[in-house]
Amino acid sequence: MHKPSWKALLVGSIPFLAMCFSIALWDRVYPFVLGLPFSIFWIVAWIILTPVCMSVAYRIETAHVAARERGKEGEAQHA
Amino acid sequence: MHDSAIALSVIFGIVLISSAVGMYAGTRHKMNLEQWTVAGRGFGAVLVWLLMAGEVYTTFSFLGASGWAYSRGGPTLYIMAYLTLAYVVSFYFLPQIWEIGKKFGMQTQSDFFRQRYGSKNLAAFVSLIGVVFIIPYLQLQLTGLGIIVEVSSFGGISRVTAMLVAFALVAAFVFASGVRAVAWISVIKDFLMLFAAFFIGIGLPYMYFGGIGKMFTALVNAKPTHLMLPGTTTVMGHSWYISTVLLTSLGFYMWPHLFSAAFTAKSDNTLRRNAVIMPLYTITMPLIFFVGFTAILVVPGLAKGDLALLTIVRQSYPAWFLGIIGAAGALTAMVPAAILILAAATLFAKNFYREMISPAMTDDQVAKLARALVIVITLIALYFAIYSSTTLVNLLLLGYAGVTQFLPGVVFGLYWGRVTKAGVFTGLVTGIALVAYLVLSKQDPFMGFNAGFIALCVNFVLAVIVSLMTRAEANRFQQDPVSTARVKESA
Repeated sequence: MHKPSWKALLVGSIPFLAMCFSIALWDRVYPFVLGLPFSIFWIVAWIILTPVCMSVAYRIETAHVAARERGKEGEAQHA
Repeated sequence: MHDSAIALSVIFGIVLISSAVGMYAGTRHKMNLEQWTVAGRGFGAVLVWLLMAGEVYTTFSFLGASGWAYSRGGPTLYIMAYLTLAYVVSFYFLPQIWEIGKKFGMQTQSDFFRQRYGSKNLAAFVSLIGVVFIIPYLQLQLTGLGIIVEVSSFGGISRVTAMLVAFALVAAFVFASGVRAVAWISVIKDFLMLFAAFFIGIGLPYMYFGGIGKMFTALVNAKPTHLMLPGTTTVMGHSWYISTVLLTSLGFYMWPHLFSAAFTAKSDNTLRRNAVIMPLYTITMPLIFFVGFTAILVVPGLAKGDLALLTIVRQSYPAWFLGIIGAAGALTAMVPAAILILAAATLFAKNFYREMISPAMTDDQVAKLARALVIVITLIALYFAIYSSTTLVNLLLLGYAGVTQFLPGVVFGLYWGRVTKAGVFTGLVTGIALVAYLVLSKQDPFMGFNAGFIALCVNFVLAVIVSLMTRAEANRFQQDPVSTARVKESA
């Protein structure tokens, strides 16, 4: 079984910073953006940006898994 | 035709067609335990996506979320945040759970604990706790469905009749086709839900205010603090928000039915891809909130916020449209209910009854028992929904915080070789006891933090300390499946 890579975990922590820990920074009504109060705009924006972050994590993770598999095969051949 | 008759025929037509699709979904497959519970591990990305979206967006998303927006305001933001972040979290352990599940042929969450910790008592305990929290969740779906159908048929069908009819259908398609039925009905449900959310989420603010921006301007002018935390509450501030989002996003996939949905996937990468695109489904939630916010100014003073969405839709749209909303709402209850029933039945039959009472049962006998239990569990939930009991309401408050206490056992089970069953057991029991105490004695939030989150922290710390104090155990995930089967026989 593969543990997730640190790099992928790091990328996944970005949406957590943006939508969870930083609430004190964006819990406000003004300015309105695109007709939405700021906090709601911020959350909606991150609903859309999160898949973007995660597709980066996906690339890192699949490359990581592929590298591990190659490593395993290599070991098996040497043995 | 009379309004009530129109709405009723639309609701009944859609629900009946969906149930027929569900019944049909399993007919091409022989329904053994593996097919019935995890669809033979054959779902690609699209079906896994539909299944999970189908399970996740329950009557709470429909009535509860708009109700929170209506009555509490700002704190409701947590729902959009945790639904998005739960998928982020899933990226880092669902593929691993799938891999282990495939290796050992797991079908339930308890199977995971059974294999990793080699303790049938721990596994049986986990399955019982799971079932105990599933029943009130199921009852909530039933009650929600009753309200939706009663209101949207203009009182043409009573609450109880609606619940009886809908749940007879649910029991029938779960019995016949298992998890395949749930996935295929989700196709119809998701489509209707999307349509409904876009139509009313954008339509209602336009109808009453001339646009979403104008609606918000009017709302902020009338109630300047409604949209900021703690909204209309006094206790739901920033520390509550952070601890609640953490608890619910980390604990999301600890629900037994969501956990075992991972086993239906074809490969671990299916689940990774799924985790990437799932957050996009959350985009329907802001639209549901817009309805709740619009309702504040249009239909003020409702005693029950949960009725805000239906009340404003009923007074704004023609009967046939109300029928569609009613049908979407009914399916939003039926799909999650179906998977909850399936998960509870399998957990009880396989991980409690077989483990503790009748170890000689074959998989086929377990499958038969589980299918019989579908009917029993449906009847229990119906009984509670009709003669609604307050104990059950309390259990529901505990649900999320309760199941999240499985997290240390799962995460350490996957990633920490030194964890022991004593550690996991101690943490789990203490976590559940603590959360039960805090919630039932009305001390949630506790000092500004979500009580479940505090219990989870205690649970994690205890699991670490007790594990380090007890003797190291073998990681049974590293054994090969054949040898463990032999050990089981000789024991």
